[in-house]
Amino acid sequence: MAFRSAMLSKVVSRSSVSCSRCMSSWWGSVEPAPKDPILGVTEAFLADPSPDKVNVGVGAYRDDNGKPVVLECVREAERRIAGSLNMEYLPMGGSIKMVEETLKLAYGENSDFIKDKRIAAVQSLSGTGACRLFADFQKRFRPDSQIYIPVPTWANHHNIWRDAQVPQRTFHYYHPESRGLDFAGLMDDIKNAPNGSFFLLHACAHNPTGVDPSEEQWREISYQFKVKGHFAFFDMAYQGFASGDPERDAKSIRIFLEDGHHIGIAQSYAKNMGLYGQRVGCLSVLCEDEKQAIAVKSQLQQLARPMYSNPPLHGAVIVSTVLGDPELKNLWLKEVKGMADRIIGMRTALRENLEKLGSPISWEHITNQIGMFCYSGLTPEQVDQLTNEFHIYMTRNGRISMAGVTTGNVGYLANAIHEVTKSA
Amino acid sequence: MRTQFTASGGAHSCCSAVSSSSCCCISTAAADRRLNALVRHLGIEDSKSAMADISANPTSASNGDSVFAHVVRAPEDPILGVTVAYNKDPSPNKLNLGVGAYRTEEGKPLVLNVVRQAEQQLVNDPSRVKEYLPIVGLAEFNKLSAKLILGSDNPAIQENRVTTVQGLSGTGSLRVGGEFLARHYHERTIYIPQPTWGNHPKVFTLSGLSVKTYRYYDPATRGLNFQGLLEDLGSAPSGAIVLLHACAHNPTGVDPTLEQWEHIRKLVRSKALLPFFDSAYQGFASGSLDADAQSVRIFAADGGECLVAQSYAKNMGLYGERVGALSIVCKTADVASRVESQLKLVIRPMYSNPPIHGASIVATILKDRNLYNEWTIELKAMADRIISMRQQLFDALKTRGTPGDWSHIIKQIGMFTFTGLNSDQVAFMTKEYHIYMTSDGRISMAGLSSRTVPHLADAIHAAVTRLG
Repeated sequence: MAFRSAMLSKVVSRSSVSCSRCMSSWWGSVEPAPKDPILGVTEAFLADPSPDKVNVGVGAYRDDNGKPVVLECVREAERRIAGSLNMEYLPMGGSIKMVEETLKLAYGENSDFIKDKRIAAVQSLSGTGACRLFADFQKRFRPDSQIYIPVPTWANHHNIWRDAQVPQRTFHYYHPESRGLDFAGLMDDIKNAPNGSFFLLHACAHNPTGVDPSEEQWREISYQFKVKGHFAFFDMAYQGFASGDPERDAKSIRIFLEDGHHIGIAQSYAKNMGLYGQRVGCLSVLCEDEKQAIAVKSQLQQLARPMYSNPPLHGAVIVSTVLGDPELKNLWLKEVKGMADRIIGMRTALRENLEKLGSPISWEHITNQIGMFCYSGLTPEQVDQLTNEFHIYMTRNGRISMAGVTTGNVGYLANAIHEVTKSA
Repeated sequence: MRTQFTASGGAHSCCSAVSSSSCCCISTAAADRRLNALVRHLGIEDSKSAMADISANPTSASNGDSVFAHVVRAPEDPILGVTVAYNKDPSPNKLNLGVGAYRTEEGKPLVLNVVRQAEQQLVNDPSRVKEYLPIVGLAEFNKLSAKLILGSDNPAIQENRVTTVQGLSGTGSLRVGGEFLARHYHERTIYIPQPTWGNHPKVFTLSGLSVKTYRYYDPATRGLNFQGLLEDLGSAPSGAIVLLHACAHNPTGVDPTLEQWEHIRKLVRSKALLPFFDSAYQGFASGSLDADAQSVRIFAADGGECLVAQSYAKNMGLYGERVGALSIVCKTADVASRVESQLKLVIRPMYSNPPIHGASIVATILKDRNLYNEWTIELKAMADRIISMRQQLFDALKTRGTPGDWSHIIKQIGMFTFTGLNSDQVAFMTKEYHIYMTSDGRISMAGLSSRTVPHLADAIHAAVTRLG
C-alpha cells in the first residue's frame, strides 16, 4: 500500500497536468457571506472573557442557573431507546407514529381531520425544514403565488421563501409605539391583499416580538381570511412554551380549523421538548379528503427525497416514545409548564426591577408579551452599548431571549437596560 | 340524491353544478361532520338551510376548493417502492434485493458493535446536551470525516484548504454541494454517469444545475465503457462539473481500475473539469477504507480543487440517522473560509443546522483508536460477506449451466450487481419467484444469504432460459 501510494505520488507530481501550477481557484470570486445575525450573537458571547457576560441572544431555554436543559422525559425515553433501535431508513415521510402524535397536538386529540385522514403530513427537519418543504411545495404547485410575511419575523423566514423562489410581501404586525399588535394595520393588509393570498402566521409566541393576537382578534383574522379566501400557513414553534398549556397555545389554529380553513402547519420540538439539535418537526397540510391528502403527501415526499431522502431517526423515536407513553407524556406536560412558568416569572422580575429603578419608560410590554422573546424596544445603538459596556448579548433588533434571564442576572440586566435608556 | 363529492370539476351526476365549488351535494360522513361543525358554529338550527346558506356563499371556505386540489399523486419512488411491494407479498419465499441496506446471513439489519458502544457512551454521559449544532455541524466530526476520505496526510487538509460541513447523509451533502455550485460556480452543467443512482438527477436538478450524462456502463461487457467515458468527458465544455462515484458504482458495481482513474484525473485536469465525488461506500467495497478512497485521494492530492460527498449510511450502518459530510478542497485557505461562509447560507434556509445524534456516534468511533480499529474489522466482515455472496451466486449459476457469461457478478464490486437482466425477466422473477429488485436488473447482494442464493440462482436460470 505504501509502495503504491509512493508510485502514485510520483506519477502525479511528474504529470504535466498536475494542478499545482493552475492559476486560480474556481472560487476566487466567492464573497465572504455575512454572519447569521442570530447565531453570530452566541459566537461573540462565547468569545467574551468577562465574568459578568449575559447571553440573551439565541432562543434556547436555560434553567435558572443559565444551563441548558435536557428534559427528564427525554432522558428516560433515550434510556429506553438506547441499544434497542435498529437504524434502518425511515420512510421518506418519516416516522408514522411520531407524525400521528404530533398531529394530535396541533389538531386536537380527537380531531375529525385525523380520523378522516384528511391531513397530509411528513416528518421534517424541525421547524425550518417544515417551512422549507412547504415553501418548495408552494412554489411547485402554486407557482404564481407569493407569501405574506409579518413585520418583523424570524429572520430565517425570509431566507427560506427566498431560496424556494417564492416572492415575498410583508404585512403589518408589530406596533412599535405600543410595543403591541398593529391590529388595524394587519387587518388592512389582509383586506388589501389579492384574494387567495398565502399568509405566514405565528401560531403563538410570535418570534421576535412576543406579541400575539388575542382570541377575539384571531377570530376576526380568521373571518377576514374566509372572506378573502386566503391560505393560512402556521409556524408553531412554541406550542406549550408560551402559556404552559399546549391546548391553549394551539387556539389560533383551532379557530381557523373550526372556521373551515384548509391550513398548513410547521411544528417543531426544538423548544417544547428541548430537542434543538435533534432536528425534529412536522409539516402538515389539511386537505379536502383522504385522496387529496395522499396526493399531497406523495408530492411532499418528492421534495424531501432530493433534499435528504428521509428524515433522521433518533429524535423522532424520542418524541414518539414520550408522547406514546401516558406517564412520560404527563411528565412532559409538567416539564413544559415548568419552563413556561420560569420564563413568565422572569418577565415579571425584569419588569419589576426596571420599575423599581425608576425607569421613565413603560415596561408593561415585558409582561404583556409572551413566549421566549421580549421585544424590548431598545435601539441598535442601545444594544451595542449593552454589549460593549455591560457584556450583554442580544440581537440588534432589541430582542431579549427571556430564557437567558435568571434570578442571578435579572438585576444586572435591569440595571444595564436602565443605564442605556434612562436618558432616552 | 347524494353522490360522491369530487374535486375534479366537470358536471356532477348529483346536481347540475358544473364545478366542484358550486356543487352542494356531499355524501361522505366526513363531509357531514364538517358541515355539522360549521352549523354549530354559525348557530343555524336547520341544517338543510344551513347547507344552502353555506354553499350559496361564494366566500365560504368550507366549500371552496383546496388551493392544492389540482395536486396529483406522485409515482412511487422506484427504489423505495420495491420494498413497499415486497412488504405486501405474503409468500414465505420472498426475497428483497431492492434497497441497498446491509443484511446479515440471517437476513436481519445490522447495528455495528462499535455503534452500540458509542451509543452507550453517549447516553451514559450526563453532561451531554441537545443544543443546536453550528450550521456547519459538529466540528470534530467534520475534521475526522475529511481525514477519513482524503487521508490524514493530505496536503490540502494540512494547509487548511479544505472546508467540511456536516450534511444529511450522502443525499444532503450532494444537495448542499449542488446548490452551492449553482450559485457560485460559472458552469451550471453537471455530467453524471450512465447509469447512476436514481436520485442523482433529481438532486442536481433541484439544486439548480442542468444535468447531462457521460457513458459509463457497457452492457455488452457488463463492465466499464472506458473509451466512451473518455470521449464524453473529453468533449464536455471546459469547467463543467463531473460526478464521479468514488468506489462501488451504484447501480452497476463497475469501477475504473487505479490506472484508469489516473487517466481520468489527467483528462479532468487538462479540461479544467470540476470533479464532484459521491463516496457512499468507503470501506464497504473492498473492505479497506484506504483502498476505497484512492480515486478521491489522487485528485485531492494533485493541487486542484474538488468536492466530495460522504455518507456513513452503509459503512457505519447509520442509515436512518442521516450522517454525512461535504468537503470542498480549495486552492487556498482564504478561499476555503469564504466558501464555508457561503455553504452556511445554503444550509440555514434548508434545515438551519444538522442533527447531532448520528454525527456524535461517528465522532466517538473515529477518534477512539480501539473503536476505530474494531470498526475496520466489522466493516471488512460486511464487505467479505458480500464478496462471498458474489462467489456463491456465480458458482450456483455455473452449476446450473445457466446460459451466458456471469463473471461480472464476481468482477463487480460493492453492494450491487448489475445482472444484465431486462425488465421482462425481472418482472418474471418477481411474479414467479417472489424476488424483488429494481427493474433495471440491479440486485443488492447485501440482501442475499447462503440459504437464499439457490432460490435466486433458480430464478435467474428460469428467467434467462424461458425469456432469454
